[in-house]
Order: sequence, then structure tokens, then C-alpha cells
Amino acid sequence: MSQSEPKALAPAPASAGAGALATKKRKRRYSLLNRRDKVLLSLMVGIPLAIFLLLIWAMTLVSIVLSFTNWDGVNPIAFVGIDNYTQLFTTYPFFWPAVAHNIMWLLFFVCLATPMGILLAVLLDRPLRGSAVYQSIFFIPVVLSLAVVGFIWKLQYLPLAGNGFIDSAFVALGWMDPKHAVNWLGDPTINIWAVLVAASWRHVGYIMVLYLAGLKSVDPSLREAAAIDGANERQTFIHVVFPVMAPINVVIVVVTVIESLRAFDIAYIINHGKNGLELLSILITNSALSEAGLIGFGSAVAVILLTISLVPIVLYLSRVMRSENQ
Amino acid sequence: MSAVVLAGQRTTHNRAQRRLSRVALYIFLTVLALIFAWPLLYTVYTSLRPFGEIVNNQNGAFSTPATLNLNNYITFWNSADYPHFFWNTMVITLPAIVLTLWVSSMLAFAISRFSWRFNLLVLMIFTAGNLLPPQVIIVPLYRLYNLLPVPAPFSDNGIMYDQVLGLILIHATFQTGFCTFVLSNYMKTLSKELVEAAMIDGAGIFTIYARVVMPLVRPALAALGTLLFVWIYNDFFWSVMLFKSGDKRPITAALNNLSGTFFTDPTLVAAGSLMAGIPTIVIYLLLQRYFISGLTLGSAKG
Repeated sequence: MSQSEPKALAPAPASAGAGALATKKRKRRYSLLNRRDKVLLSLMVGIPLAIFLLLIWAMTLVSIVLSFTNWDGVNPIAFVGIDNYTQLFTTYPFFWPAVAHNIMWLLFFVCLATPMGILLAVLLDRPLRGSAVYQSIFFIPVVLSLAVVGFIWKLQYLPLAGNGFIDSAFVALGWMDPKHAVNWLGDPTINIWAVLVAASWRHVGYIMVLYLAGLKSVDPSLREAAAIDGANERQTFIHVVFPVMAPINVVIVVVTVIESLRAFDIAYIINHGKNGLELLSILITNSALSEAGLIGFGSAVAVILLTISLVPIVLYLSRVMRSENQ
Repeated sequence: MSAVVLAGQRTTHNRAQRRLSRVALYIFLTVLALIFAWPLLYTVYTSLRPFGEIVNNQNGAFSTPATLNLNNYITFWNSADYPHFFWNTMVITLPAIVLTLWVSSMLAFAISRFSWRFNLLVLMIFTAGNLLPPQVIIVPLYRLYNLLPVPAPFSDNGIMYDQVLGLILIHATFQTGFCTFVLSNYMKTLSKELVEAAMIDGAGIFTIYARVVMPLVRPALAALGTLLFVWIYNDFFWSVMLFKSGDKRPITAALNNLSGTFFTDPTLVAAGSLMAGIPTIVIYLLLQRYFISGLTLGSAKG
């Protein structure tokens, strides 16, 4: 550190000069903008920004306010303090299962799907015959709608009478008695795992592509240097490649957490998020946008989902800030 | 002499070992690829079988197929009215892509003209909003859409709810966050001198946007356009929540609707899912390069 300081100091006068020049340049640039240009620029930013603030951030604030009311959408709004939250935490039977399922979703992704995507990226990053074909196969689930993913997996999990593949295969192999076939989607102790497999089918390819792009951007001379120093492939990855991939690693973490919080579509398609498939996201719509009309209550769930979501969002933004500052 | 022989033996040994690990790698990847491809392949197979053959068949999926044909696709096309729902998707997706790219390119261009601090603040507002789970805002948004008055040619019920316009608006808003972020990073890599030279020549800000900057960001626009097509086409959540009438819904949400009326038949489910999924697979296979570069443009920076 101290050794590099003189080097850093040496060109200082020159860089100060460049800085002064830059400020001069900037001033000139602004003076080049006439009144009309300035108005135009303000509109270009102002209109979309206003719409975004209204539809996203104002709605977020309204959600927070509504969570302290017992509004049903028809009768006048009355504030009830933290009643919705106490009810959620104590008496509402689906809240803790939903939290547990979201956590399971996250853990399943963190422990299995994401590492598998990373592993595939590392394996397919080498010069390999047919690498592009393998990549396409792993990636195709990512371009499918989660609705389609839900139906495709429903076909695998259907009971024997519905021609479901897994039950048919297990019976054909003699692993399962057709009279006591497993009901993958109907059994509330099993169906969350079935859904997690389906969701991972799509998540693995997504992570693979993001990570592959990161690996491609690693300076090849770093690997060469490690190879000359006698590091084997695993050592090179752990000690050289992984650390310089820090920006991508943050993206991978954020994507994994956000995707587990957004989980909605597959469970909604299978049984509207009931009977073993409760998720925070579905609790919101099931209570607030249904005949029940529990708007205040649903908003409280939304606020909890928001609070958890802020963790990865802040992590991501601080990362972006740091790279902008550099 | 013996040392040379030894060294030679070691290299052949190493080479054999390396070849073995290479074979193991291919086997691993191929097995995994087959597992990954299987659900889709099975869906294709199921879609080709007539319902009568599989219903109540004791062997389930392993019953021998007597006939394989495209009848399920024809049924889905005709009685489930596939063209109608596909058209619904396009009416939402294409305008939403154009609107998003137009607005976010202007935004990215304009904020780069402002001070760095403001620039960062706006990007933060957009990026953070883009990352929010949409379910966080759905309850108030649903109420707002029911209150927002929209005049006749754009709405057949006088409000934003249950309208194509409402869907386009929410898609464009959500996606603008991501696209502005990507485009502003892309524009930072463009030469500043080019813009400044145009300014000195007396070009107005709009001319610079349209004639100088836009042609240069075309690669990023192509990548984002491909990505947006797939994302908006695939949307399920917004269309289920913000459309009341089933016949206005896009294909993905319509699949869910139809599952009540048509989908007691798994062969038809298979055909319907594939017909809904094929457009994005085709787009991906044709525009793979753009699609991947769109995804990575967003993550490359941080």
C-alpha cells in the first residue's frame, strides 16, 4: 500500500489539471443548453419519473398505510393500529406456513439450484465440443413462461390415472404400488418439494447464463498466471476466479433471493397457493383481491414481503453505488 | 535415459487421466441434459397422443401408443381459440416493448446530461422499484386502476382496470427501471466528444438524442427488445390480476382459464402449453445472441 503511494502521488499535478479542465468542460456543456433544451430534458426525465413514482413507490406507501386499517374496499376506512400484524403473527393459520415455504424456497435455491447453475457455468466455460447445445438445453426452461412451466410439471406429477409421468415410471419400475401411488401435488407435505423442483428447473439455467457471462469477462491472463504458479483448476477457481467475480456474485445472490420472494406463478397454477403451497405473495392476493376483501390484512402481508425484499435491494444498490463511485 | 522414460510415462498417464475425466464430464453433462430436456420431451410426446388411449390405462405413460397425431393442436387452435389469445398477447407485448425502449432511452440519455448526483438518485429510484416483488404493490394498484378514468377509445369501461392500456402501462413502467439502468451504463461507454461536437454545431437536445445517440445504442436496444419480448410475453401475474374478462387475457393467463373448461384432458394441456411456449423458444433460438447479451448487459456492471 505504502509502496504504491508515491506512484499515485507522482501524476497528481497532471490529474488535478485534468480535473480542472473537466470542470471547465462541464460548465461549457451546460452553457450550451438553451432554455428549450433544458425544458425538454426536464420533461424527458420528469414525466416517466412521475409515472414510476406514482405506480410503484406511491403504491408501496399506500400499501404501508392500508396495512394499519381494516378496509374491506366498501366501507369507510378505519385505522386499527397494528391489529392486522398481531392477527397475522398469532391467529392467522396460513402466515407461518407461508413464511416457512418462502424460506424453504430460498434455501432450496441457495443450496441446490444456484450452486448447480454455477457448476454448469464453470463446466461449460471450458472449450468443450457441443457446449452451445448443452447451454441451450439448460437454458430453454428460462424462456418459458412460469405458467407454461407449471403446466409442463403438472403433467409429470399427475396421478397414474391422469397419465402422470413420475407415477407411471415408478409403477413401471416396481418402486410404487399403484394402489398407494404418491399424490405429488395433492399431498400438502410433499407438494412444496414438487413445486421447488419445477422452479429449480428454470432457475438453474438462469444462473448458468448469468455466471457464464461473468466467467467470460474474467481476464484470461489471471488464469494463465495461476497455472504458471502451479495452481490446479479447482484452486484457480476458488482463489483467483471467484474473488474477481465479486460483482456477478452479488447479482447471483440478489437474483436468487428476489426470485424466491417473488415466487407466485407455479403455486398459483397448481392450486392457488393453498393446501401446502402457501406463499407470502399468494396470501396477499388471496386475502385482498378475493371475495374476502381483506385489504388491510393483505396489505400487512405485503408490508412484510416488502421489508424482507429491502434486504437484497439495499445490498444490490450499495454494490451499484460502490462501483459508480470508483 | 530412465528419467526421460519416466517423464514420458507420466505424461501418458496424465493424458489418460485427463481423457478419463473428460469422458466423465461428457457423461455427466449428457445425463443432466437429458434430465433437463425430459419434461419438455414428455410434454411433446403426450401432446401427440389421443386422449382415448391414455385415459384409465393401467400402464399410464408407458402404454404403447397406437396413434400419434396433431389432433390436440388442431383442437386447441380451434375450440380454445388460440389465435385470439395469441393476438391478445401481441397487442400488449409489442406496444409495451416500443414504449419501454422509447421512454427508457430518453431517460437514460437525459439523466446523463444532468449532475452526477441527480443521475444516481434517479437510477436508484428505478432500480430499486424494478426489484420489488410486484405483489407488494398489487393491492393499491388494483384499487387505483379501478378509480383511474380513461376515455373511450382506450377503454371500453371508462377505467384503467380490465384494459389492454393498463397492462401496457404497468409493463412499461416496471421494465423501464431495468432498461434505463442498462441503457445509461451503455451510453456512458459512448464517446462524450461526439455529443459535445454536435452541441457546438448547434444541434438541439432532441436532435442529439435522435440522430447521434440512438443510432449508437442500437445493439443495446436490440438486446433489450428481445429480452422484453420474452419477459412481457411470459407475464402471468399482471394479466391474471388486472384483467377481469377472460377473453381479453393473453395466452399465458388464458391457459389458466382454460384449465377449468378444457383441461381435464392432459393431452390437450400438453398441446396448449407447448403452443403457448413455442413463440418464446423460437425467439430465443433465432435471436440467442441478443437475448443472452441483454441478460448480461444488466448484470455485467454490478
